[in-house]
Amino acid sequence: MKILVCISQVPDTSTKIVLKNNDTSVNGDGVTYIINPYDEWYALVRAIELKEKGIASDIHLITVGKANVEPVIRKALSLGGDEAIRIDADSNDAYETAGYIAAYAAQVGYDLILCGKESIDYNNGITGTMLAGMLDMDYIGFATDIQVEAGVAVVKREVEGGEETDQCNLPLVISCQKGIAEARIPNMRGIMAARTRPLKVVEPSKIAALTAILSYELPPAKAGIKMISPDDMDQLVDLLHTEARVI
Amino acid sequence: MSVIVLVEHTGGIIKKKNFEAVQYAAQIAKKTATTLTAVVLGNATNAEMEGLGAYGAQKVLHVADTRLNDLHARAYCKALLAAAEKEKSKIIITLHDISGRTVAPRVAVQLKAGIVAGALSIPDLEKGFVIKKAVFSGKAFAYVNILSDVKVIMLMPNAFPAVKAEGKAVVEQLAVSFDEKDFGVKVKSIDKVTGEVSLADAELVVSGGRGMKGPENWGILEDLAKELGAATACSRPVADSHWRPHHEHVGQTGGTVRPNLYIAVGISGAIQHLAGVNGSKTIVVINKDPEAPFFKAANYGIVGDAMEVLPRLTAAVRKFKEQHK
Ligand SMILES: Cc1cc2nc3c(=O)[nH]c(=O)nc-3n(C[C@H](O)[C@H](O)[C@H](O)COP(=O)(O)OP(=O)(O)OC[C@H]3O[C@@H](n4cnc5c(N)ncnc54)[C@H](O)[C@@H]3O)c2cc1C
Repeated sequence: MKILVCISQVPDTSTKIVLKNNDTSVNGDGVTYIINPYDEWYALVRAIELKEKGIASDIHLITVGKANVEPVIRKALSLGGDEAIRIDADSNDAYETAGYIAAYAAQVGYDLILCGKESIDYNNGITGTMLAGMLDMDYIGFATDIQVEAGVAVVKREVEGGEETDQCNLPLVISCQKGIAEARIPNMRGIMAARTRPLKVVEPSKIAALTAILSYELPPAKAGIKMISPDDMDQLVDLLHTEARVI
Repeated sequence: MSVIVLVEHTGGIIKKKNFEAVQYAAQIAKKTATTLTAVVLGNATNAEMEGLGAYGAQKVLHVADTRLNDLHARAYCKALLAAAEKEKSKIIITLHDISGRTVAPRVAVQLKAGIVAGALSIPDLEKGFVIKKAVFSGKAFAYVNILSDVKVIMLMPNAFPAVKAEGKAVVEQLAVSFDEKDFGVKVKSIDKVTGEVSLADAELVVSGGRGMKGPENWGILEDLAKELGAATACSRPVADSHWRPHHEHVGQTGGTVRPNLYIAVGISGAIQHLAGVNGSKTIVVINKDPEAPFFKAANYGIVGDAMEVLPRLTAAVRKFKEQHK
Protein backbone atom coordinates (compact mmCIF):
# COMPACT_ATOMS: atom_id res chain seq x y z
CA MET A 1 0.00 0.00 0.00
CA LYS A 2 1.36 3.36 -1.08
CA ILE A 3 0.60 6.42 1.04
CA LEU A 4 0.99 10.04 0.02
CA VAL A 5 1.13 12.56 2.88
CA CYS A 6 0.54 16.23 2.06
CA ILE A 7 2.83 18.54 4.00
CA SER A 8 2.40 22.27 4.26
CA GLN A 9 4.87 24.78 5.66
CA VAL A 10 3.33 27.33 8.03
CA PRO A 11 4.57 30.06 10.38
CA ASP A 12 5.36 28.76 13.87
CA THR A 13 2.31 28.79 16.15
CA SER A 14 3.72 31.63 18.28
CA THR A 15 4.36 33.97 15.31
CA LYS A 16 3.14 37.53 15.63
CA ILE A 17 1.63 38.58 12.31
CA VAL A 18 3.03 41.80 10.84
CA LEU A 19 1.74 43.28 7.57
CA LYS A 20 3.68 45.12 4.86
CA ASN A 21 3.31 46.71 1.41
CA ASN A 22 0.26 48.68 2.40
CA ASP A 23 -1.28 45.63 4.08
CA THR A 24 -1.22 43.60 0.88
CA SER A 25 1.17 40.97 2.23
CA VAL A 26 2.41 39.38 5.42
CA ASN A 27 5.94 40.20 6.52
CA GLY A 28 7.97 36.98 6.47
CA ASP A 29 11.11 38.52 8.02
CA GLY A 30 12.16 36.74 11.17
CA VAL A 31 9.31 34.23 10.93
CA THR A 32 10.20 30.64 11.84
CA TYR A 33 8.46 28.00 9.78
CA ILE A 34 7.23 24.60 10.92
CA ILE A 35 5.39 21.65 9.46
CA ASN A 36 1.66 22.34 9.73
CA PRO A 37 0.85 20.57 13.05
CA TYR A 38 -2.18 18.71 11.67
CA ASP A 39 -0.04 17.36 8.81
CA GLU A 40 2.80 16.37 11.11
CA TRP A 41 1.29 15.14 14.37
CA TYR A 42 -1.70 13.44 12.86
CA ALA A 43 -1.35 12.62 9.12
CA LEU A 44 2.37 11.90 8.89
CA VAL A 45 2.71 10.06 12.19
CA ARG A 46 -0.27 7.83 11.39
CA ALA A 47 1.28 7.01 8.00
CA ILE A 48 4.54 6.07 9.75
CA GLU A 49 2.64 3.88 12.22
CA LEU A 50 0.92 2.09 9.33
CA LYS A 51 4.31 1.40 7.79
CA GLU A 52 5.76 0.17 11.09
CA LYS A 53 2.87 -2.27 11.33
CA GLY A 54 3.72 -3.57 7.88
CA ILE A 55 0.48 -2.29 6.39
CA ALA A 56 1.98 0.46 4.25
CA SER A 57 4.89 -0.27 1.89
CA ASP A 58 5.85 3.24 0.79
CA ILE A 59 5.31 6.66 2.26
CA HIS A 60 5.82 9.66 0.01
CA LEU A 61 5.66 13.21 1.32
CA ILE A 62 4.59 16.00 -1.01
CA THR A 63 4.71 19.74 -0.66
CA VAL A 64 4.19 22.71 -2.95
CA GLY A 65 6.72 25.51 -2.65
CA LYS A 66 10.01 27.01 -3.76
CA ALA A 67 13.42 25.91 -2.45
CA ASN A 68 12.89 27.74 0.85
CA VAL A 69 10.45 25.06 2.03
CA GLU A 70 13.12 22.33 1.86
CA PRO A 71 14.19 22.51 5.53
CA VAL A 72 10.62 21.78 6.58
CA ILE A 73 10.19 18.85 4.20
CA ARG A 74 13.58 17.48 5.38
CA LYS A 75 12.34 17.71 8.94
CA ALA A 76 9.24 15.77 7.94
CA LEU A 77 11.48 13.12 6.34
CA SER A 78 13.41 12.82 9.59
CA LEU A 79 10.23 11.63 11.28
CA GLY A 80 9.71 9.03 8.56
CA GLY A 81 8.81 8.59 4.92
CA ASP A 82 10.73 7.06 2.04
CA GLU A 83 10.91 9.97 -0.32
CA ALA A 84 9.79 13.55 -0.63
CA ILE A 85 8.45 15.47 -3.59
CA ARG A 86 8.53 19.23 -3.88
CA ILE A 87 6.40 20.77 -6.60
CA ASP A 88 8.46 23.80 -7.54
CA ALA A 89 5.80 26.53 -7.46
CA ASP A 90 4.49 29.34 -5.34
CA SER A 91 0.84 28.55 -5.05
CA ASN A 92 -1.77 31.27 -4.69
CA ASP A 93 -4.72 29.28 -3.47
CA ALA A 94 -5.94 25.83 -2.43
CA TYR A 95 -7.24 25.06 -5.92
CA GLU A 96 -3.79 25.59 -7.39
CA THR A 97 -2.10 23.57 -4.63
CA ALA A 98 -4.54 20.68 -4.93
CA GLY A 99 -4.19 20.81 -8.72
CA TYR A 100 -0.40 20.35 -8.58
CA ILE A 101 -0.64 17.53 -6.05
CA ALA A 102 -3.45 15.79 -7.96
CA ALA A 103 -1.48 15.91 -11.21
CA TYR A 104 1.50 14.24 -9.54
CA ALA A 105 -0.58 11.74 -7.55
CA ALA A 106 -2.45 10.68 -10.70
CA GLN A 107 0.85 9.71 -12.34
CA VAL A 108 2.14 7.65 -9.44
CA GLY A 109 -1.13 6.21 -8.14
CA TYR A 110 -1.60 6.10 -4.37
CA ASP A 111 -3.88 3.91 -2.28
CA LEU A 112 -4.20 6.41 0.52
CA ILE A 113 -3.70 10.16 0.57
CA LEU A 114 -3.50 11.76 4.01
CA CYS A 115 -3.57 15.41 4.90
CA GLY A 116 -4.18 17.50 8.00
CA LYS A 117 -7.69 18.83 8.61
CA GLU A 118 -6.49 22.35 7.80
CA SER A 119 -3.34 24.41 7.63
CA ILE A 120 -2.93 26.94 10.40
CA ASP A 121 -2.02 29.79 8.02
CA TYR A 122 -5.03 30.12 5.76
CA ASN A 123 -7.38 27.90 7.81
CA ASN A 124 -9.26 26.69 4.75
CA GLY A 125 -9.29 22.93 5.26
CA ILE A 126 -10.27 22.33 1.64
CA THR A 127 -7.19 20.93 -0.10
CA GLY A 128 -7.96 17.31 0.81
CA THR A 129 -11.55 17.46 -0.41
CA MET A 130 -10.43 19.16 -3.60
CA LEU A 131 -7.80 16.47 -4.18
CA ALA A 132 -10.44 13.78 -3.81
CA GLY A 133 -12.64 15.60 -6.30
CA MET A 134 -9.83 16.08 -8.82
CA LEU A 135 -8.73 12.45 -8.55
CA ASP A 136 -12.31 11.13 -8.40
CA MET A 137 -11.54 9.41 -5.10
CA ASP A 138 -13.65 8.86 -2.01
CA TYR A 139 -13.10 11.25 0.87
CA ILE A 140 -13.45 11.11 4.63
CA GLY A 141 -12.84 14.31 6.58
CA PHE A 142 -11.99 15.07 10.21
CA ALA A 143 -10.76 11.54 10.96
CA THR A 144 -9.81 10.62 14.52
CA ASP A 145 -8.75 7.01 13.83
CA ILE A 146 -7.60 5.08 10.75
CA GLN A 147 -7.22 1.31 10.48
CA VAL A 148 -6.45 -0.43 7.20
CA GLU A 149 -6.76 -4.10 6.42
CA ALA A 150 -6.77 -5.91 3.09
CA GLY A 151 -7.51 -2.83 1.02
CA VAL A 152 -10.31 -1.64 3.26
CA ALA A 153 -10.07 1.37 5.55
CA VAL A 154 -12.08 1.66 8.75
CA VAL A 155 -12.12 5.28 9.80
CA LYS A 156 -13.61 7.10 12.77
CA ARG A 157 -14.60 10.64 12.00
CA GLU A 158 -16.25 13.56 13.67
CA VAL A 159 -19.78 14.29 12.43
CA GLU A 160 -22.37 16.84 13.58
CA GLY A 161 -22.84 16.18 17.28
CA GLY A 162 -20.87 12.97 17.55
CA GLU A 163 -18.63 10.40 15.95
CA GLU A 164 -19.17 7.94 13.13
CA THR A 165 -17.29 4.81 12.08
CA ASP A 166 -17.02 4.41 8.32
CA GLN A 167 -15.73 1.72 6.06
CA CYS A 168 -14.41 2.36 2.58
CA ASN A 169 -12.40 0.54 -0.05
CA LEU A 170 -9.11 2.11 -1.07
CA PRO A 171 -8.15 4.38 -2.77
CA LEU A 172 -9.23 7.07 -0.38
CA VAL A 173 -8.36 10.60 0.73
CA ILE A 174 -8.54 11.29 4.47
CA SER A 175 -8.08 14.52 6.41
CA CYS A 176 -6.73 13.93 9.90
CA GLN A 177 -7.19 15.62 13.26
CA LYS A 178 -6.45 15.08 16.91
CA GLY A 179 -6.77 11.56 18.28
CA ILE A 180 -5.33 9.78 15.25
CA ALA A 181 -1.77 9.45 16.56
CA GLU A 182 0.52 10.73 19.30
CA ALA A 183 3.03 13.42 18.34
CA ARG A 184 6.63 12.27 17.83
CA ILE A 185 9.95 14.05 17.99
CA PRO A 186 12.60 13.33 15.34
CA ASN A 187 15.63 11.48 16.73
CA MET A 188 19.25 11.60 15.60
CA ARG A 189 18.94 8.44 13.55
CA GLY A 190 15.95 9.86 11.72
CA ILE A 191 17.69 13.14 11.06
CA MET A 192 20.75 11.33 9.63
CA ALA A 193 18.60 9.01 7.55
CA ALA A 194 16.57 11.91 6.17
CA ARG A 195 19.70 13.35 4.57
CA THR A 196 20.08 10.36 2.31
CA ARG A 197 16.44 10.02 1.34
CA PRO A 198 15.51 11.40 -2.09
CA LEU A 199 13.89 14.80 -2.37
CA LYS A 200 12.54 15.10 -5.89
CA VAL A 201 11.85 18.51 -7.38
CA VAL A 202 9.00 18.41 -9.87
CA GLU A 203 7.95 21.08 -12.36
CA PRO A 204 4.39 22.25 -11.75
CA SER A 205 1.58 21.31 -14.11
CA LYS A 206 -0.38 24.11 -15.76
CA ILE A 207 -3.02 25.34 -13.40
CA ALA A 208 -4.07 28.78 -12.22
CA ALA A 209 -5.52 29.99 -8.93
CA LEU A 210 -9.21 30.93 -8.86
CA THR A 211 -8.94 33.37 -5.98
CA ALA A 212 -6.56 36.17 -4.97
CA ILE A 213 -5.99 37.86 -1.62
CA LEU A 214 -6.27 41.61 -2.14
CA SER A 215 -5.35 42.76 1.35
CA TYR A 216 -4.98 41.85 5.02
CA GLU A 217 -6.15 43.45 8.22
CA LEU A 218 -5.17 42.97 11.85
CA PRO A 219 -7.96 42.53 14.40
CA PRO A 220 -8.81 45.63 16.44
CA ALA A 221 -7.27 45.73 19.90
CA LYS A 222 -9.58 44.60 22.72
CA ALA A 223 -11.36 47.57 24.20
CA GLY A 224 -9.73 47.05 27.57
CA ILE A 225 -10.58 44.62 30.30
CA LYS A 226 -12.98 45.20 33.18
CA MET A 227 -11.79 43.62 36.41
CA ILE A 228 -14.44 42.26 38.73
CA SER A 229 -14.07 41.34 42.37
CA PRO A 230 -14.06 37.57 42.94
CA ASP A 231 -16.64 38.22 45.67
CA ASP A 232 -19.11 39.89 43.36
CA MET A 233 -20.26 37.38 40.77
CA ASP A 234 -23.66 39.10 40.63
CA GLN A 235 -21.91 42.04 39.02
CA LEU A 236 -20.33 39.80 36.39
CA VAL A 237 -23.66 38.18 35.56
CA ASP A 238 -25.27 41.61 35.36
CA LEU A 239 -22.58 42.89 32.98
CA LEU A 240 -22.85 39.78 30.81
CA HIS A 241 -26.57 40.45 30.56
CA THR A 242 -26.79 44.22 30.21
CA GLU A 243 -23.45 45.19 28.68
CA ALA A 244 -22.13 42.21 26.71
CA ARG A 245 -25.66 40.91 26.05
CA VAL A 246 -24.53 37.32 25.84
CA ILE A 247 -26.82 35.80 28.46
CA MET B 1 -29.68 32.30 -12.04
CA SER B 2 -30.68 31.93 -8.41
CA VAL B 3 -28.23 31.63 -5.54
CA ILE B 4 -28.32 28.22 -3.87
CA VAL B 5 -27.64 27.36 -0.26
CA LEU B 6 -27.23 23.93 1.30
CA VAL B 7 -29.35 23.45 4.42
CA GLU B 8 -28.38 20.57 6.69
CA HIS B 9 -30.40 18.91 9.33
CA THR B 10 -29.10 16.76 12.13
CA GLY B 11 -31.51 13.96 12.86
CA GLY B 12 -34.37 15.95 11.32
CA ILE B 13 -33.60 19.17 13.18
CA ILE B 14 -32.42 22.22 11.28
CA LYS B 15 -29.93 24.03 13.49
CA LYS B 16 -29.73 27.79 13.83
CA LYS B 17 -26.50 28.09 11.87
CA ASN B 18 -28.40 26.96 8.78
CA PHE B 19 -30.85 29.82 9.18
CA GLU B 20 -27.82 32.09 9.31
CA ALA B 21 -26.64 30.61 6.01
CA VAL B 22 -30.06 31.05 4.41
CA GLN B 23 -30.28 34.66 5.52
CA TYR B 24 -26.72 35.36 4.37
CA ALA B 25 -27.47 33.77 1.01
CA ALA B 26 -30.72 35.75 0.72
CA GLN B 27 -28.80 39.00 1.12
CA ILE B 28 -26.38 37.97 -1.61
CA ALA B 29 -29.30 37.01 -3.85
CA LYS B 30 -30.80 40.44 -3.29
CA LYS B 31 -27.51 42.16 -3.96
CA THR B 32 -27.07 40.28 -7.23
CA ALA B 33 -30.73 40.82 -8.20
CA THR B 34 -31.79 37.20 -8.13
CA THR B 35 -33.71 34.74 -5.96
CA LEU B 36 -32.63 32.17 -3.40
CA THR B 37 -33.15 28.42 -3.55
CA ALA B 38 -32.32 26.24 -0.56
CA VAL B 39 -31.28 22.63 -1.06
CA VAL B 40 -32.35 20.06 1.53
CA LEU B 41 -31.06 16.47 1.41
CA GLY B 42 -32.65 13.39 2.99
CA ASN B 43 -35.58 13.22 5.40
CA ALA B 44 -37.19 16.55 6.20
CA THR B 45 -40.73 17.68 6.85
CA ASN B 46 -42.57 20.05 4.51
CA ALA B 47 -43.29 22.45 7.35
CA GLU B 48 -39.60 22.75 8.13
CA MET B 49 -38.66 23.30 4.51
CA GLU B 50 -41.42 25.86 3.93
CA GLY B 51 -40.21 27.57 7.10
CA LEU B 52 -36.93 28.47 5.37
CA GLY B 53 -38.99 31.16 3.64
CA ALA B 54 -38.96 33.07 6.90
CA TYR B 55 -35.22 33.53 6.42
CA GLY B 56 -35.40 34.56 2.79
CA ALA B 57 -35.54 31.41 0.63
CA GLN B 58 -38.15 31.62 -2.14
CA LYS B 59 -37.83 27.99 -3.07
CA VAL B 60 -36.58 24.70 -1.64
CA LEU B 61 -35.26 21.86 -3.75
CA HIS B 62 -35.68 18.65 -1.81
CA VAL B 63 -33.67 15.55 -2.72
CA ALA B 64 -35.56 13.04 -0.63
CA ASP B 65 -33.26 9.99 -0.92
CA THR B 66 -32.95 8.75 2.69
CA ARG B 67 -29.37 7.63 2.13
CA LEU B 68 -28.58 11.35 2.25
CA ASN B 69 -29.39 11.42 5.96
CA ASP B 70 -25.73 10.52 6.38
CA LEU B 71 -22.95 12.68 5.00
CA HIS B 72 -21.57 11.26 1.72
CA ALA B 73 -19.08 13.53 -0.08
CA ARG B 74 -19.80 12.23 -3.58
CA ALA B 75 -23.58 12.02 -3.25
CA TYR B 76 -23.92 15.44 -1.62
CA CYS B 77 -21.73 16.89 -4.34
CA LYS B 78 -23.86 15.32 -7.07
CA ALA B 79 -27.07 16.63 -5.49
CA LEU B 80 -25.70 20.16 -5.19
CA LEU B 81 -24.43 20.07 -8.77
CA ALA B 82 -27.87 18.93 -9.96
CA ALA B 83 -29.53 21.76 -8.03
CA ALA B 84 -27.01 24.28 -9.36
CA GLU B 85 -27.64 23.14 -12.89
CA LYS B 86 -31.41 23.29 -12.51
CA GLU B 87 -31.25 26.81 -11.06
CA LYS B 88 -28.42 27.89 -13.38
CA SER B 89 -26.64 29.10 -10.25
CA LYS B 90 -23.47 31.10 -10.28
CA ILE B 91 -23.23 31.36 -6.50
CA ILE B 92 -23.32 28.32 -4.21
CA ILE B 93 -23.25 28.65 -0.43
CA THR B 94 -22.70 26.17 2.40
CA LEU B 95 -21.62 26.53 6.00
CA HIS B 96 -17.98 26.25 7.01
CA ASP B 97 -18.71 23.20 9.14
CA ILE B 98 -18.19 19.47 8.82
CA SER B 99 -20.74 18.92 6.07
CA GLY B 100 -19.94 22.10 4.19
CA ARG B 101 -16.22 21.44 4.33
CA THR B 102 -16.72 17.92 3.07
CA VAL B 103 -18.85 18.85 0.07
CA ALA B 104 -18.30 22.48 -1.01
CA PRO B 105 -14.65 22.14 -2.16
CA ARG B 106 -15.62 19.14 -4.27
CA VAL B 107 -18.43 21.11 -5.88
CA ALA B 108 -15.98 23.97 -6.50
CA VAL B 109 -13.57 21.60 -8.28
CA GLN B 110 -16.32 20.28 -10.56
CA LEU B 111 -17.44 23.79 -11.48
CA LYS B 112 -13.93 25.30 -11.60
CA ALA B 113 -15.22 27.79 -9.07
CA GLY B 114 -13.10 29.83 -6.71
CA ILE B 115 -13.99 29.23 -3.09
CA VAL B 116 -13.79 31.16 0.17
CA ALA B 117 -13.74 28.99 3.28
CA GLY B 118 -14.93 30.58 6.52
CA ALA B 119 -16.53 33.72 5.03
CA LEU B 120 -17.23 36.53 7.50
CA SER B 121 -18.82 39.11 5.21
CA ILE B 122 -21.25 39.67 2.35
CA PRO B 123 -19.24 39.92 -0.89
CA ASP B 124 -18.12 43.41 -1.80
CA LEU B 125 -18.85 43.82 -5.51
CA GLU B 126 -17.02 47.11 -5.98
CA LYS B 127 -13.59 45.55 -6.37
CA GLY B 128 -14.72 42.22 -7.78
CA PHE B 129 -16.25 39.63 -5.48
CA VAL B 130 -14.38 40.25 -2.26
CA ILE B 131 -15.05 38.40 0.99
CA LYS B 132 -13.44 38.77 4.41
CA LYS B 133 -12.17 35.69 6.23
CA ALA B 134 -9.96 34.97 9.24
CA VAL B 135 -6.41 33.75 8.59
CA PHE B 136 -3.49 32.71 10.83
CA SER B 137 -6.01 31.31 13.30
CA GLY B 138 -7.69 34.63 13.92
CA LYS B 139 -4.46 36.62 14.18
CA ALA B 140 -5.41 38.46 10.97
CA PHE B 141 -8.14 38.80 8.35
CA ALA B 142 -7.79 38.50 4.58
CA TYR B 143 -9.93 40.02 1.85
CA VAL B 144 -10.23 37.35 -0.82
CA ASN B 145 -11.39 38.05 -4.36
CA ILE B 146 -13.02 35.21 -6.28
CA LEU B 147 -11.85 35.40 -9.88
CA SER B 148 -13.96 32.70 -11.52
CA ASP B 149 -17.43 33.07 -13.04
CA VAL B 150 -18.99 30.57 -10.61
CA LYS B 151 -18.40 31.18 -6.92
CA VAL B 152 -18.57 28.95 -3.86
CA ILE B 153 -18.78 30.43 -0.36
CA MET B 154 -18.56 28.59 2.97
CA LEU B 155 -20.03 30.82 5.68
CA MET B 156 -18.52 30.76 9.17
CA PRO B 157 -21.20 29.77 11.70
CA ASN B 158 -22.14 32.36 14.32
CA ALA B 159 -20.74 35.23 12.24
CA PHE B 160 -24.01 36.45 10.78
CA PRO B 161 -27.30 36.92 12.65
CA ALA B 162 -30.43 35.01 11.66
CA VAL B 163 -33.60 37.02 12.20
CA LYS B 164 -36.88 35.33 11.52
CA ALA B 165 -39.41 37.17 9.37
CA GLU B 166 -42.58 36.12 7.56
CA GLY B 167 -42.63 33.98 4.47
CA LYS B 168 -43.05 30.49 3.15
CA ALA B 169 -40.82 28.80 0.62
CA VAL B 170 -42.22 26.70 -2.22
CA VAL B 171 -41.00 23.13 -1.92
CA GLU B 172 -40.13 21.21 -5.08
CA GLN B 173 -38.78 17.68 -5.31
CA LEU B 174 -35.55 17.19 -7.22
CA ALA B 175 -34.78 13.74 -8.58
CA VAL B 176 -31.09 12.87 -8.69
CA SER B 177 -29.94 9.50 -9.97
CA PHE B 178 -27.26 8.16 -7.69
CA ASP B 179 -25.18 5.09 -8.29
CA GLU B 180 -23.38 2.67 -5.97
CA LYS B 181 -20.16 4.68 -6.19
CA ASP B 182 -21.78 7.76 -4.68
CA PHE B 183 -22.17 5.86 -1.42
CA GLY B 184 -18.71 4.24 -1.45
CA VAL B 185 -18.14 5.28 2.16
CA LYS B 186 -20.31 2.96 4.28
CA VAL B 187 -21.44 4.10 7.70
CA LYS B 188 -20.91 1.26 10.17
CA SER B 189 -21.96 2.95 13.37
CA ILE B 190 -22.82 6.37 14.74
CA ASP B 191 -22.07 7.55 18.26
CA LYS B 192 -24.04 10.69 18.90
CA VAL B 193 -22.93 12.75 21.82
CA THR B 194 -26.42 13.18 23.18
CA GLY B 195 -27.62 15.59 25.82
CA GLU B 196 -24.55 17.76 25.50
CA VAL B 197 -24.21 20.99 23.58
CA SER B 198 -21.90 20.43 20.60
CA LEU B 199 -18.76 22.48 21.04
CA ALA B 200 -18.27 23.82 17.51
CA ASP B 201 -21.77 25.30 17.45
CA ALA B 202 -21.99 26.35 21.09
CA GLU B 203 -22.96 29.93 21.85
CA LEU B 204 -21.64 29.67 25.39
CA VAL B 205 -18.50 27.76 26.38
CA VAL B 206 -16.94 27.11 29.78
CA SER B 207 -13.34 25.95 29.43
CA GLY B 208 -10.85 24.65 31.97
CA GLY B 209 -7.07 24.54 32.04
CA ARG B 210 -4.36 23.05 34.17
CA GLY B 211 -5.34 25.48 36.92
CA MET B 212 -8.31 23.18 37.60
CA LYS B 213 -5.69 20.87 39.16
CA GLY B 214 -7.26 17.53 38.25
CA PRO B 215 -10.23 15.78 36.67
CA GLU B 216 -11.86 15.39 40.08
CA ASN B 217 -12.49 19.15 40.15
CA TRP B 218 -14.43 19.31 36.89
CA GLY B 219 -17.75 18.90 38.66
CA ILE B 220 -17.89 22.58 39.63
CA LEU B 221 -17.03 23.59 36.07
CA GLU B 222 -19.75 21.34 34.67
CA ASP B 223 -22.23 22.77 37.18
CA LEU B 224 -21.63 26.23 35.75
CA ALA B 225 -21.88 24.92 32.18
CA LYS B 226 -25.16 23.21 32.98
CA GLU B 227 -26.60 26.28 34.65
CA LEU B 228 -25.70 28.38 31.58
CA GLY B 229 -26.58 25.73 29.01
CA ALA B 230 -22.98 25.95 27.82
CA ALA B 231 -20.63 23.42 26.23
CA THR B 232 -17.41 22.47 28.00
CA ALA B 233 -13.90 22.76 26.53
CA CYS B 234 -10.32 22.53 27.79
CA SER B 235 -6.70 23.43 27.06
CA ARG B 236 -4.34 21.01 25.37
CA PRO B 237 -2.41 19.77 28.42
CA VAL B 238 -5.74 18.92 30.04
CA ALA B 239 -6.73 16.69 27.11
CA ASP B 240 -3.21 15.28 26.81
CA SER B 241 -3.30 14.25 30.48
CA HIS B 242 -6.65 12.59 29.79
CA TRP B 243 -8.46 14.70 32.35
CA ARG B 244 -10.94 15.48 29.57
CA PRO B 245 -11.74 13.86 26.20
CA HIS B 246 -9.75 14.93 23.13
CA HIS B 247 -12.70 16.53 21.37
CA GLU B 248 -12.83 19.19 24.09
CA HIS B 249 -9.29 20.40 23.30
CA VAL B 250 -9.43 23.84 21.70
CA GLY B 251 -6.61 25.86 20.20
CA GLN B 252 -4.12 25.79 17.38
CA THR B 253 -3.96 22.01 17.31
CA GLY B 254 -7.46 21.21 18.52
CA GLY B 255 -10.88 22.61 17.75
CA THR B 256 -11.90 26.18 17.06
CA VAL B 257 -14.82 27.83 18.83
CA ARG B 258 -16.56 31.12 18.08
CA PRO B 259 -19.14 31.43 20.86
CA ASN B 260 -20.79 34.59 22.14
CA LEU B 261 -19.26 33.90 25.54
CA TYR B 262 -16.06 32.00 26.40
CA ILE B 263 -15.27 31.58 30.09
CA ALA B 264 -11.67 30.47 30.63
CA VAL B 265 -10.94 28.99 34.03
CA GLY B 266 -7.35 28.31 35.12
CA ILE B 267 -5.98 28.72 31.57
CA SER B 268 -2.84 30.83 31.17
CA GLY B 269 -3.75 32.10 27.69
CA ALA B 270 -0.83 30.85 25.57
CA ILE B 271 -0.93 32.09 21.97
CA GLN B 272 -1.67 28.54 20.76
CA HIS B 273 -4.72 28.38 23.00
CA LEU B 274 -5.93 31.84 21.97
CA ALA B 275 -5.74 30.79 18.31
CA GLY B 276 -8.72 28.52 18.88
CA VAL B 277 -10.86 30.94 20.85
CA ASN B 278 -10.05 34.47 19.65
CA GLY B 279 -13.20 34.56 17.50
CA SER B 280 -15.30 34.57 20.70
CA LYS B 281 -17.41 37.70 21.08
CA THR B 282 -16.93 38.05 24.84
CA ILE B 283 -14.18 36.45 26.93
CA VAL B 284 -14.22 36.08 30.72
CA VAL B 285 -11.00 34.98 32.39
CA ILE B 286 -10.81 33.50 35.87
CA ASN B 287 -7.21 33.04 37.00
CA LYS B 288 -5.43 33.33 40.32
CA ASP B 289 -2.40 34.96 38.71
CA PRO B 290 -3.04 38.64 37.84
CA GLU B 291 -0.15 38.44 35.37
CA ALA B 292 -1.69 35.61 33.31
CA PRO B 293 -1.45 36.56 29.61
CA PHE B 294 -5.10 35.62 29.03
CA PHE B 295 -6.20 38.83 30.79
CA LYS B 296 -4.83 40.80 27.80
CA ALA B 297 -7.31 39.06 25.51
CA ALA B 298 -10.29 39.23 27.87
CA ASN B 299 -13.29 41.53 28.25
CA TYR B 300 -13.89 40.67 31.90
CA GLY B 301 -11.33 39.40 34.38
CA ILE B 302 -11.51 37.89 37.83
CA VAL B 303 -8.37 37.32 39.86
CA GLY B 304 -9.19 34.50 42.20
CA ASP B 305 -9.11 30.81 42.98
CA ALA B 306 -11.25 28.82 40.54
CA MET B 307 -12.41 26.48 43.30
CA GLU B 308 -14.02 29.41 45.11
CA VAL B 309 -15.08 31.59 42.18
CA LEU B 310 -16.79 28.89 40.12
CA PRO B 311 -19.45 27.89 42.69
CA ARG B 312 -20.14 31.58 43.36
CA LEU B 313 -20.60 32.29 39.66
CA THR B 314 -22.89 29.28 39.28
CA ALA B 315 -25.01 30.53 42.18
CA ALA B 316 -25.15 34.03 40.67
CA VAL B 317 -26.29 32.62 37.31
CA ARG B 318 -28.97 30.55 39.08
CA LYS B 319 -30.20 33.63 40.90
CA PHE B 320 -30.25 35.60 37.64
CA LYS B 321 -32.30 32.89 35.94
CA GLU B 322 -34.83 32.86 38.78
CA GLN B 323 -35.27 36.60 38.46
CA HIS B 324 -35.60 36.53 34.68
CA LYS B 325 -38.01 33.62 34.35
C1 LIG C 1 2.90 23.64 18.48
C2 LIG C 1 2.08 23.85 19.70
C3 LIG C 1 0.70 23.72 19.63
C4 LIG C 1 -0.11 23.90 20.75
N1 LIG C 1 -1.46 23.80 20.63
C5 LIG C 1 -2.25 24.08 21.70
C6 LIG C 1 -3.68 24.05 21.59
O1 LIG C 1 -4.24 23.74 20.55
N2 LIG C 1 -4.41 24.35 22.69
C7 LIG C 1 -3.85 24.68 23.89
O2 LIG C 1 -4.59 24.95 24.84
N3 LIG C 1 -2.51 24.67 24.03
C8 LIG C 1 -1.71 24.39 22.97
N4 LIG C 1 -0.35 24.40 23.13
C9 LIG C 1 0.20 24.55 24.50
C10 LIG C 1 0.24 25.99 24.99
O3 LIG C 1 1.44 26.58 24.57
C11 LIG C 1 0.16 26.02 26.52
O4 LIG C 1 1.21 25.26 27.05
C12 LIG C 1 -1.15 25.50 27.10
O5 LIG C 1 -2.25 26.14 26.47
C13 LIG C 1 -1.21 25.74 28.59
O6 LIG C 1 -2.37 25.16 29.13
P1 LIG C 1 -2.99 25.74 30.47
O7 LIG C 1 -3.25 27.17 30.32
O8 LIG C 1 -4.14 24.85 30.81
O9 LIG C 1 -1.87 25.44 31.54
P2 LIG C 1 -0.79 26.42 32.24
O10 LIG C 1 -0.04 27.20 31.24
O11 LIG C 1 -0.09 25.56 33.17
O12 LIG C 1 -1.70 27.45 33.01
C14 LIG C 1 -2.47 27.16 34.11
C15 LIG C 1 -3.08 28.47 34.60
O13 LIG C 1 -3.95 28.21 35.68
C16 LIG C 1 -3.78 29.21 36.67
N5 LIG C 1 -4.18 28.63 37.94
C17 LIG C 1 -3.53 27.71 38.71
N6 LIG C 1 -4.25 27.39 39.79
C18 LIG C 1 -5.38 28.10 39.71
C19 LIG C 1 -6.52 28.20 40.56
N7 LIG C 1 -6.65 27.48 41.68
N8 LIG C 1 -7.50 29.04 40.19
C20 LIG C 1 -7.41 29.78 39.06
N9 LIG C 1 -6.34 29.71 38.22
C21 LIG C 1 -5.35 28.88 38.55
C22 LIG C 1 -2.33 29.59 36.59
O14 LIG C 1 -2.14 30.89 37.08
C23 LIG C 1 -2.05 29.48 35.10
O15 LIG C 1 -2.30 30.72 34.43
C24 LIG C 1 0.48 24.21 22.00
C25 LIG C 1 1.87 24.34 22.09
C26 LIG C 1 2.66 24.17 20.96
C27 LIG C 1 4.15 24.34 21.11
